[in-house]
Amino acid sequence: MIGSAHLAGVVGARLVAASGITIPHIDYTAILPELILLGGMLLLLAAAALSPRPLPTEAYATATVGLATASLVTSLVLWRDVTDRGPLTTVAHSIDVDGFALFFLVTISCILVVAPMLGAGYLRRERISGPEYYVLALISGSGAMFMASANDLVLVFLGLEILSIPLYVLAGLDHRREASGEAAMKYFVLGAFSSAIFVYGIALTYGATGSTNLAEIGAFLARNVVTSDGVLIGGLGLLLVGFAFKVAAVPFHMWTPDVYQGAPTPATGFMAAMAKAGGFAALLRVFVSTFPSLRSSWQPVVFVLAALTLLVGAVVAVVQSDVKRMLSYSSINHAGFVLLGLQAATARGVAGSLYYVFTYGLVVLGSFAVVSLVGGSGEDRHDLARFRGLGRRQPVIATAFAVLLLAQAGAPFTTGFFAKLYVVEAAAAAHSYLLAAIAMGSAAIAAFFYLRVVFLMFSDAGAAAPAGEGATARAVEAARPAGIEPAGAAGGSWVPEPSGAVATMVAPVTRSAAADARSVSSGVVALDVSGEPPVATSPWILAGLGICVAVTVVFGVWPQPLVEFAHQATLLF
Amino acid sequence: MIHAAFLIPLFPLVGFAVLAPFGRKLGNPLAGWIATLLVAASFVVTVLVFVALFRIAPAHRSVTEPWFDWISVDRLRVGAGLLVDPLSLTMASFVTGVSALIHLYSIGYMRHDEQFPKFFTYLNLFVFSMLMLVLADNFVLSFLGWEGVGVCSYFLIAFWFDRAEAASAGKKAMIFNRIGDAGFLLGIFLVFERTGSVQYTTVFARLGHVGTPSLVAIALLLFLGAVGKSAQIPLFPWLADAMAGPTPVSALIHAATMVTAGVYLMCRINPVLHLAPDAAHVIAWVGVATAFVGATSACAQDDIKKVLAYSTVSQLGYMFLAAGSGAYVAAIFLMLTHAFYKALLFLGAGSVIHAMDEDQDIKNMGGLAKLMPITGVTFLVGWLSIAGVPPFSGFWSKGDVLQNAWAVTPALWAIGAVTAALTAYYMGREYFLVFQGQRRWVEARPEASHGPEHGESYTARGLHPHDPTWHMSVPLVVLAALAVLGGLVNLPFHPSLVFLERWLSPVVGATLLQHHFSAGAEWLFALVDAALAILGVAVAAALWRKSSDRPALEPRFLSMAWWVDAAEDRLVARTGEALASFTATVVESRVVDGAVNGVASLVRTTGERLRRVQSGYVRSYALGLTAGVVVLLAYLLVRVGS
Repeated sequence: MIGSAHLAGVVGARLVAASGITIPHIDYTAILPELILLGGMLLLLAAAALSPRPLPTEAYATATVGLATASLVTSLVLWRDVTDRGPLTTVAHSIDVDGFALFFLVTISCILVVAPMLGAGYLRRERISGPEYYVLALISGSGAMFMASANDLVLVFLGLEILSIPLYVLAGLDHRREASGEAAMKYFVLGAFSSAIFVYGIALTYGATGSTNLAEIGAFLARNVVTSDGVLIGGLGLLLVGFAFKVAAVPFHMWTPDVYQGAPTPATGFMAAMAKAGGFAALLRVFVSTFPSLRSSWQPVVFVLAALTLLVGAVVAVVQSDVKRMLSYSSINHAGFVLLGLQAATARGVAGSLYYVFTYGLVVLGSFAVVSLVGGSGEDRHDLARFRGLGRRQPVIATAFAVLLLAQAGAPFTTGFFAKLYVVEAAAAAHSYLLAAIAMGSAAIAAFFYLRVVFLMFSDAGAAAPAGEGATARAVEAARPAGIEPAGAAGGSWVPEPSGAVATMVAPVTRSAAADARSVSSGVVALDVSGEPPVATSPWILAGLGICVAVTVVFGVWPQPLVEFAHQATLLF
Repeated sequence: MIHAAFLIPLFPLVGFAVLAPFGRKLGNPLAGWIATLLVAASFVVTVLVFVALFRIAPAHRSVTEPWFDWISVDRLRVGAGLLVDPLSLTMASFVTGVSALIHLYSIGYMRHDEQFPKFFTYLNLFVFSMLMLVLADNFVLSFLGWEGVGVCSYFLIAFWFDRAEAASAGKKAMIFNRIGDAGFLLGIFLVFERTGSVQYTTVFARLGHVGTPSLVAIALLLFLGAVGKSAQIPLFPWLADAMAGPTPVSALIHAATMVTAGVYLMCRINPVLHLAPDAAHVIAWVGVATAFVGATSACAQDDIKKVLAYSTVSQLGYMFLAAGSGAYVAAIFLMLTHAFYKALLFLGAGSVIHAMDEDQDIKNMGGLAKLMPITGVTFLVGWLSIAGVPPFSGFWSKGDVLQNAWAVTPALWAIGAVTAALTAYYMGREYFLVFQGQRRWVEARPEASHGPEHGESYTARGLHPHDPTWHMSVPLVVLAALAVLGGLVNLPFHPSLVFLERWLSPVVGATLLQHHFSAGAEWLFALVDAALAILGVAVAAALWRKSSDRPALEPRFLSMAWWVDAAEDRLVARTGEALASFTATVVESRVVDGAVNGVASLVRTTGERLRRVQSGYVRSYALGLTAGVVVLLAYLLVRVGS
């Protein structure tokens, strides 16, 4: 990490030296959404430091929602300006506020509006006080925004780091849990590694084209036919790796399950939504608008990446028994769908990807929020079996989760349906029939594990499992993956005590299996199996969930406005 | 006022919408009254629209009332709208009128039923669907109503679904109707393919460009739909089983209205039949054959309602005979009078069944005329009417049908005439067995083995047959009056008296076969008809007034309805079941499930292998990342180099 930051400094210094830039003019209104987030973040920190008593977490949440709303409104005002008067460019052409950027600004603001609502209850329950969660979220969001509007590879890199570093910290926010720290460490080390690769890609690109400005690179490539373009292509490949890591595309995805599982659950949801938004924003802009002439080189690579991402994400998710791990593989699968739009490299494909990123962001936030509720205090109840009978115990939460899962599965009348439809349609229109077929196949596989959870939630805890058999089967299911997954733990990795985890997971189940054998009435015993403590909800989280579900259903039934928005965004590149 | 036509189907729809959620709260009898009054309101509107249409010049008596675009895909434009013309309004007026009476009757008949509100919910939905069927201005909307009445018929046949026979009768009706519906659908497809429209008026205007083979195919496919809905050969067995439903349902749906939908459809497509005479001949022959089979089967039934059911099959056959002969007015005329006297007979039978404490075997009845004077007299009117005894309405309408059949070919007339005599006979048999002769229920009861738990209570309580409450009597009397006077709408004596023919002429006039018999011939026909009816009545009286046991006259061949049901069960149902069980056990569980399970286990195994890559070590993750970079760069650079 230090290495990459150093490298960035070196590159920056060389750039300044090479072109002899003086302080550029800055149009502050063009970057107002970012400034609101950053300024507000400073105010939050100051308030926390100056306040005589520690402020309640809800106060920070309220402030963050307010800031994000202000940023959202500003973005929409800018959208109107841009549609009227064309894109703005500022800070020596390194920032480009166009329709594409503003679509992501809106997306990121929406994520930032909902995320604090979903996090507040969790932070209170886990007794994590202080403004850190909110401050880090705001910084990360501003980084993602810079990535979306960056018109310069250096700024893309800066945005990437501003996005990522808070995410590393967020992953380790719950310092009482070892898993959280482990997740942060893994994410940080691998993230720094990928950043280094990314910076190397920038260097090679600069070497081949003589500029880091995306517009200038594009102009250079349009003017010149590069005969021996090994350096440029190599740089392109490394840039692709950097982005692929960020958006968790196979084979650069391996950090994802471990980090998603270890991080505090609301942070996981935020991470999934935000990193994908920022990563895909820059990825789409760099590859589709700057390097279209090299399409024949990068399209096959993206094809393979997308196919692997789709298949591995779906197939491995099937065998997960931890809901957080399952959702992390599912997020990998979703990344594959967004890559479909990139692979098509058409306006239609990009519009599909934009729609997908927006809708997925809210769906994944809501999903992880439900997981955080069901997981309970200390996050030790993420086994799938915990969802059995949730529909009866918590009908509202279970219904919301069912809607979100169905949206992820791509069921009609949810945004997930149209998201999948548009990217697959774009892939087919771009003659990537094989990829479209793979995507649909992976969606079919993925439907299995989403629907399994829905089925579990609404199957009767008492009647569903016929006596001891079901309970034993569940015990086996619970024990098996826990035994294999963190196998490295025995060899001394940072995963905490796998045997202990197995014991806690299996113990209550086996006990009740024995009780089943004794007792005739399985109804009483079954209550014991799923005898979860009640899920503690709060108005905050219900409001946040409500927004996620409402957006998912409303734009699923009436997708036109959002589709138009995404479509216009691609026109205003 | 014609613009108020939308209210005709709206009232029963409102009734359904209110009763479906709140029926249980409104309870008994309020729910029934709401349903009845709404249908009565619909009848009033129909009459008003009727009058309004009557005031328009005959040439302009076809008003389309479009509502909205229902389906709009490429060339296919299906609107939702009403076609108000003499044919649809004639249908709508007798449907709403008879429905209102039967709703009223049902308030009395169903008053002890726990599902009272649900019954009226279904009835209102039925009336709405039936009105959509007859008033729709295009094939597709008619088909919607067609399916609606079908599903209501299913609900109501299986209304007492805890009785196995009712449940299976409902299923049977559904399945038989599906066969017909498939024909109807294919017919609509062909109509659209050949004319580019499904709107009645547009389709009929474009028939000139359609070849005769296509027209014959269209007519026969639509006729297949009619065969299912109207219980013609070979799809009639369901109607006999449908008698498992409550008696008002049998009267309304399975006698007066729904089963005549097929006849309505044939009259509606009269321009098609006119251009496809071969198809019309098929219809006429199927009709007359059904009439004969139905009538002979009715001669050997012991269940009071099954006699009426086969009688309905037979009468519907007459209507198809008329439609196939090009005598659409005669078909509608018979449909109208049949609705009156058959509804009357069914309601009378319901009254008898109540009095007999749910026993339906006519061999256990007898001598009820004195104890139930209203029922007895009205039933007698119904019998004489259906028998075709002058001057009851059946005489005029049936005479009209037979006369037109003669004009096509005397063979049709001959079979129809024999059937007419049989009709008088089997209804006479039923009348005498139920209302005259000895009171067999007095001695039959103690040893009655119909349900052991009831048997004792009969002996203890005794049976006191009596006329029903006023809810049930009023419809009986009104329908009896209509059965007597119904013939007035189309009297043959003078051109000024054929009201119905003149009224319907804007719809069917162009295609109506015009036969002019001399006055002498007409008188001769009338005399023969009357003689045949009186012959049937006389034979019935001679044979059944005193005796109730004549097995020689009730061969098993007839009581089993020519073994049609059994043969279809053996050939079609068993084969279908065998095929289904083959598909379920072999194809489904081995081939389909095998493929699905194979893929699933492949996915699972692959997943288990892939997850092992996930070791938990950062160093191996970093290695994987590096390997990815190396492969990716190697590919790109090799490509550039080559």
